[in-house]
Amino acid sequence: MKNSSRRGFMGKAFGAVAGVGAVASLFAMKRSWDPLPSVKAAGFTTLDMSAYKENELVVEKWRGKPIFVLKQSKEMLDSEGKNMSKLTGKTTSEMDKKRLLKIGDAHYLVCVGLCTHLGCIPGYRPDKKNFLCACHGGMYDDTGMVTKSPPPRGLDIPPFKIDGMKLVLGESSPEYEKMLADGVTLKV
Amino acid sequence: MAHFTKATSMHDWLNQRLGVDTLNRVLATEYWIPKNINFLWAMGMILAITFGILLVSGIFLLMYYQPNVNLAFDSVNYTIMQEVGYGWLWRHVHGVAASVVFLIIYIHMFTGIYYGSYKKGREMIWISGMLLFVAFSAEAFSGYMLPWGQMSYWAGMVITNLFSGGSLHADGLVEWIRGDYVPAQAYLNRFFMLHVLLIPVAIMGLIGLHFGALRIPHVNNQDGEEIDFDVESKKYLAGDTKNSKVIRFMNDFLAKDMMVVGIYLVFFFYLVFFHYDFAMDPVNFDPADGLKTPTHIYPEWYFLWSYEILRPFSTNVGLIAFAFAQVIFVMLPFLDRSPNTVPASRRGLFKYWFWAMLIDMIVLTAMGKVPPIEPFGTIGFYAALTFIGLWIALPFITKFEKKV
Repeated sequence: MKNSSRRGFMGKAFGAVAGVGAVASLFAMKRSWDPLPSVKAAGFTTLDMSAYKENELVVEKWRGKPIFVLKQSKEMLDSEGKNMSKLTGKTTSEMDKKRLLKIGDAHYLVCVGLCTHLGCIPGYRPDKKNFLCACHGGMYDDTGMVTKSPPPRGLDIPPFKIDGMKLVLGESSPEYEKMLADGVTLKV
Repeated sequence: MAHFTKATSMHDWLNQRLGVDTLNRVLATEYWIPKNINFLWAMGMILAITFGILLVSGIFLLMYYQPNVNLAFDSVNYTIMQEVGYGWLWRHVHGVAASVVFLIIYIHMFTGIYYGSYKKGREMIWISGMLLFVAFSAEAFSGYMLPWGQMSYWAGMVITNLFSGGSLHADGLVEWIRGDYVPAQAYLNRFFMLHVLLIPVAIMGLIGLHFGALRIPHVNNQDGEEIDFDVESKKYLAGDTKNSKVIRFMNDFLAKDMMVVGIYLVFFFYLVFFHYDFAMDPVNFDPADGLKTPTHIYPEWYFLWSYEILRPFSTNVGLIAFAFAQVIFVMLPFLDRSPNTVPASRRGLFKYWFWAMLIDMIVLTAMGKVPPIEPFGTIGFYAALTFIGLWIALPFITKFEKKV
């Protein structure tokens, strides 16, 4: 009786120590799978916004992801509100204005060029002024707003800071925080 | 301590220390297999041998493969394919075997479904088998990443994005799995580790469990007949082999088994030497480029049916349907409410359920391959609904099945 209770205690003591060790090991394993600090640190890209031409898509790179930059022409800005979203059945004009960045006198679409469905790169069609994702047929208008499912939302906008005619990606700003607060984009 | 005597032979020496005669009896000569079976019962051995082929060819590929985003593509397409003596052979064997193994797995699965080999004590055989299917799927996916071509990269992008859980937006989880914002060095390295170590070890453990699960309920037979293996094996050992319903695993059963394996290997090496290209996607001969999506992304043929269940719906519904399709086969022993363990042909409505499921999965596979345009989108949509509907109907049609 005395012996068996001593064995029971040994078992419980071992179990407790091993349990703590197991949890600690799982934590270490989880941390080992985390992105490295060097990966997280290499996250800023600066763009010179005066170089872009109207209705001509340029693909930049930020954190390994493609970034769409599309300078809006007057015609594109005027057509705002004409695009009807097949998802909501409403015009997209409200969202349109909030999605664009005003830098200098011009308006720009700056967004992550990955379909919000499963991450393929949509192609831009300058004649139709929209984006088509070839993977599953999703579509976006010229401000990156989704017009045809399966994508659940418009193209995501990366954190940005406007500095004169320069745009820094990866750094947040009051303008970007406002976009987040308005639900224009998700945090990337 | 056990008593040891001077060995009379090498065999006796080993037998005293390892009990090789007992092992041989338990595992082979007195492991009993029913006589009433057909060639479909050889699929297990074919799978074991194909796994062996994958292991051996993989070992040789591993000696020259470089898990580095700058070197991986060339190490496969230049070093292994052009420099290493017979490197092309290992690659084509490995690629073809990885594809064909799924064909055999599907035949093996549908054989089990047709003959009711997942019931009456055989549930663990089915469950361990489905766990093996999951492990083989993970093994195939991680291996597909390694050549680091366009399809590797974009399949990796799309599949890891599934873990964001649609509207849950678990982007942190996706980045954690990748070790980066996009598939890059950390991603390639960890999937290399998974492919050559962790998943193969898991597969070997599961194969052990799968075999172990067979021992008590034994192999099913063509009529689902409940055989008293003790009585029948005694009859066999007493010399009445004609009237016994069972035979030895070795050499009796294995002799016929290996004949089917032989026919399979002729087919297999025909593919390796003359039609290896079906397992080599041309798009994957372009190096990975994170700034260019291929115009049409599709998985290998064996994942097309579940991909097609994901595709026709909006993100969240698609993900739920996809998750449903991934786990539902595991539940088969519990969703089939009928006590009948007989071939589907004698089971009333279940007969139609079986063939409808098989045909529906073939349709899903075909629709998953074509671009998402009409009428394929609509056909795929209804095939996906049919798949879900069939599983929902299963408990009801089997509940009211007549006892045979």
